[in-house]
Amino acid sequence: MSRRAPNIAVIDYGMGNLHSVSKALQRVCPSASIQVTANAASIAAADRVVFPGVGAMRDCMAEIRRLELDTVVKQTLRTKPLLAICVGMQALMAHSEENGGVDCLNLFPGRVKRFASPPGGERRLKVPHMGWNRVQQSYPHPLWKGIDQSSRLYFIHSYYVEPSDASLVVGTCDYGVNYACAIAKDNLFAVQFHPEKSANVGLKLLQNFAHWNV
Amino acid sequence: MSAYEDDGLCKRIIPCLDVDKGRVVKGVQFVDIRDAGDPVEVARRYNEEGADEITFLDITASHEARDITLHTVERMAGEVFIPLTVGGGVRELADIRNLLNAGADKVAINSAAVSHADFVRAAAERFGSQCIVVALDAKQKQDSTWEVYTHGGRNPTGLDAIAWASQMADYGAGELLVTSMDRDGTKNGFDLPLTQAISRAVQIPVIASGGVGTLQHLVDGVKQGEADAVLAASIFHFNHHSIPEAKHYMRERGVNVRL
Repeated sequence: MSRRAPNIAVIDYGMGNLHSVSKALQRVCPSASIQVTANAASIAAADRVVFPGVGAMRDCMAEIRRLELDTVVKQTLRTKPLLAICVGMQALMAHSEENGGVDCLNLFPGRVKRFASPPGGERRLKVPHMGWNRVQQSYPHPLWKGIDQSSRLYFIHSYYVEPSDASLVVGTCDYGVNYACAIAKDNLFAVQFHPEKSANVGLKLLQNFAHWNV
Repeated sequence: MSAYEDDGLCKRIIPCLDVDKGRVVKGVQFVDIRDAGDPVEVARRYNEEGADEITFLDITASHEARDITLHTVERMAGEVFIPLTVGGGVRELADIRNLLNAGADKVAINSAAVSHADFVRAAAERFGSQCIVVALDAKQKQDSTWEVYTHGGRNPTGLDAIAWASQMADYGAGELLVTSMDRDGTKNGFDLPLTQAISRAVQIPVIASGGVGTLQHLVDGVKQGEADAVLAASIFHFNHHSIPEAKHYMRERGVNVRL
């Protein structure tokens, strides 16, 4: 019996380190064909898609629109497994506070907010939220398979997602505030942490994604 | 130990590799490693031991050897799936772009931040604060303040280290790597007042560096220095202590670490 090797597209809009994502996917799924691409046809031809992103939201959204990737992401969301990472996750929301306010893809109602130190607390919050923090899984999901509850994953971000629809939340994290660090709906899984930088725990999540049959 | 410390964000333990023309210097000594001079082999070993990040300082003097560095970073990023910071000789936006494209997650800017502070602002705007680390080397003065030095501690700048740290945070640095030039290489522990003063002056994470000789020094860096991460080289390289040993030691003393 042979299962067809996954054909994974990593969306490239010129923002940050895509090398790591593709290398990590290749590591956990050696048979996969992985393309780092901005080409709409290539992304449409892939059977699963990763939507990464680092950097400032205004620049990210400008590049996404310039390369007409907004349509591509929307189509992917309707048709096949999609893993959004970090700014990729934030871009799915309606609006971000970053750069004085940026309209995002508006695929899910909700906002992207900046971390703020809790009022009156003697402990100041360092921003960016940088390092290994615990992820609480809200409910079982195929992408959490083999990953322990409260596992630590690597975060590096100053803004976090606040979806209007609480039922989207599949993972939470505490950093001054309890926030949604993972959301899921149908064939979408989106994470604020970096699975490609989270050692074996993160690689397990990428492996689950490479074999996820929605 | 409070529940917060047990559950929240961990303190990071970061082994640092000094690399010259693609080879680890300051002699890493692991008995069971195939090529202890190969940064990728060493990084892989630290990754297996549970290091939280790797820092790679390129001390190659000649600009022509930059391609070797990029190639090494690329190989490392293909093997080691934890965050990788690369510093040394970063002077232009193109240097940062090349390192990020090769697979670095963060880039450390040192002398160029002093000679051209706007470079830090431009870098943060272009690539995002999260990948811009400012490396700050400081020496204590007679009046107990600290002065920023560049070029490996050779050149005084006249800048006050605390004020400079705040300015770099305002310019968009995402993290500060604070090295005491008085302590570097002494094994007498971090300069704790320096680390604490900077950590309190800025709202971005601070990595303590310079002087680690014992595991207690790592604990002190976090508890007294209030550092968010501790960086060390020789204590790990020479197999004096392993990363798990350091983490267990720190946890037993109430430091929140990833085990």
